[in-house]
Amino acid sequence: MSGFILETQNLSRHFGALMAVDDVTLSFERGLVHAVLGPNGAGKTTLINLLSGEILPSSGSIRFKDYDITSLPANEVSHLGIGRSFQKTNIFPNFTCFENCRLAAQSRMKGVFHFFKPALSYKRINELAEKGLEMCGLTKRRDTLAQAMSYGEQRQLEIGMMLATEPELLLLDEPLAGMGAEESLKVIELLRKLAKEHTLILIEHDMDAVFAVADRLAVMVNGRLLETGTVAEVRASKAVQEAYLGSDEEGH
Amino acid sequence: MYVLSRPALVLLLMMAIGLGFYPLVGDSYYIRLLTKIMVLGLFAMSLDLLIGFTGLISLGHAAFFGVASYAVAWYIVKAGVTSLLLILPTAIGASAACALVIGWLSIRTAGIYFIMITLAFAQMLHAFFKDQKYWGGTDGFNFYDKPQLVFGDTVLLDLSNRLTLYYFTFAILVSAFVFLIVLLRSPFGRAIQGVKVNEGRMRAMGYNIRHLKLISFIIAGSLAGVAGFLEATRTAYVNPELMSWHMSGNVMIMVILGGMGTLYGPLLGALALTLLGDNISSMWDHWLLIMGAFVIAVVMFLPEGIAGLIEKTANRFKRKPPPKEETEP
Ligand SMILES: Nc1ncnc2c1ncn2[C@@H]1O[C@H](COP(=O)(O)OP(=O)(O)OP(=O)(O)O)[C@@H](O)[C@H]1O
Ligand SMILES: [Mg+2]
Repeated sequence: MSGFILETQNLSRHFGALMAVDDVTLSFERGLVHAVLGPNGAGKTTLINLLSGEILPSSGSIRFKDYDITSLPANEVSHLGIGRSFQKTNIFPNFTCFENCRLAAQSRMKGVFHFFKPALSYKRINELAEKGLEMCGLTKRRDTLAQAMSYGEQRQLEIGMMLATEPELLLLDEPLAGMGAEESLKVIELLRKLAKEHTLILIEHDMDAVFAVADRLAVMVNGRLLETGTVAEVRASKAVQEAYLGSDEEGH
Repeated sequence: MYVLSRPALVLLLMMAIGLGFYPLVGDSYYIRLLTKIMVLGLFAMSLDLLIGFTGLISLGHAAFFGVASYAVAWYIVKAGVTSLLLILPTAIGASAACALVIGWLSIRTAGIYFIMITLAFAQMLHAFFKDQKYWGGTDGFNFYDKPQLVFGDTVLLDLSNRLTLYYFTFAILVSAFVFLIVLLRSPFGRAIQGVKVNEGRMRAMGYNIRHLKLISFIIAGSLAGVAGFLEATRTAYVNPELMSWHMSGNVMIMVILGGMGTLYGPLLGALALTLLGDNISSMWDHWLLIMGAFVIAVVMFLPEGIAGLIEKTANRFKRKPPPKEETEP
């Protein structure tokens, strides 16, 4: 097996005439942290949506380990060990934090025909949920309704839910967006910790965070892949400096 | 996440005790009326599993109610069989099979299309039974015998006896309620409630949404079938109107009126609507007007239905304010 856990081959997705992702061929090395950068509308989220099976590509293919996952639906992709978090907070607002994570963990149970035993009596699922809560730093908020928490905390929960499914490859779509400085530091710390045992694909606008955790960078502009390489290589690239990094900090 | 609140539990226990002892003191008119309310309550509760807990707004739920009723009529009229042990499972099985087929096709759609397609399927069945001479056409069937549970020479359960039917219906209603409570606490029950709140995230977390929806649809259809069995047994009469859109609409009104997603609310909805209909239907035209006004008033002023009103009132009497987490941010 190659050292690549995930590979795309000429991957494209258009919305009408708009090429949101345009002929992207990319390989993600196992065990590393890959950051995908690009200005607003570059197609980063669309790329993640393709990788996670949320939407189907218009053309091209995706391999995960030994599987061709190009046309697999999101739920099957998830069971192969690919977890994702969403840029736009995507939780269960009227459930507690714990139930949000527990529901995520419960997806790992085999089959759907569990009708009679109470959901809370499955030890392993509860443990997974607690672990997700602990990693994202919300153990204290265990029994709080998700909608009653701050935006930053909801962002943390977003990550906790992803972790509760025990994925091997993590797709993180702007995990720090909307977080306060302190929360951000905690999450960057968490990403560092996760990087030891997982492969991460990270979309992030916060350059400090990216440089703090990423091993490899890929830069997208207008759906196209502009540059890939190590952090140093990409920082040195003329094209990238012109198109993206150099011009300004491209915060938002 | 479904939690049966304390006031609801107290109310239900009181209702159960009341229903359990009423026949000792009540007259036969009200025993019959209460049987009818319990049957409709069961029917409405089964729809609540779809509307209130799975987020599937089905406007064709009467299909399963009607199909089961016709199964009862078929056994008694066409086959001359009255065995409860044959009729009840067949009635449930017929409803479940219909729910499997209709559900399998309908859950591919969402929103308004789901409402329309479930309605269309029920109307198709309605038209089928109305057209077929074999199935009694527009008139349906009248019959005299009722299902019985016989062991050897002794009749253990004779549903043509008014009291037996009353308690049989009561026992089924209580069992169905307990079953649904257990179901909603199970992993499956939690999952369908997740589907109602956020289907997309459920899929991203690895759930097969179609399977969850289909199973829920079949369970709800089967329970509606139990209600249909009881309805046919109760009235000894079936006709195509049992699966018409009036019926589907009525049961939906019971769910909304009573409070969807509360399980006991639809029971109260069935009670309210039936009593209302029974008391003022003598003035036929006006009765529908009054009913319409009542429904509009409830939807406008009590968006969570009768059950919501009960919980709110009960909360007001509590000394402690509700826990912080439960208030909107
Ligand atoms: N479902 C959709 N239908 C139509 N157009 C879409 C859809 N999703 C994305 N787009 C368009 O595709 C382009 C890329 O969007 P995408 O969300 O992938 O960008 P992004 O790089 O994630 O941007 P941001 O940094 O703002 O999150 C945008 O022009 C967007 O408007
Ligand atoms: Mg994006």
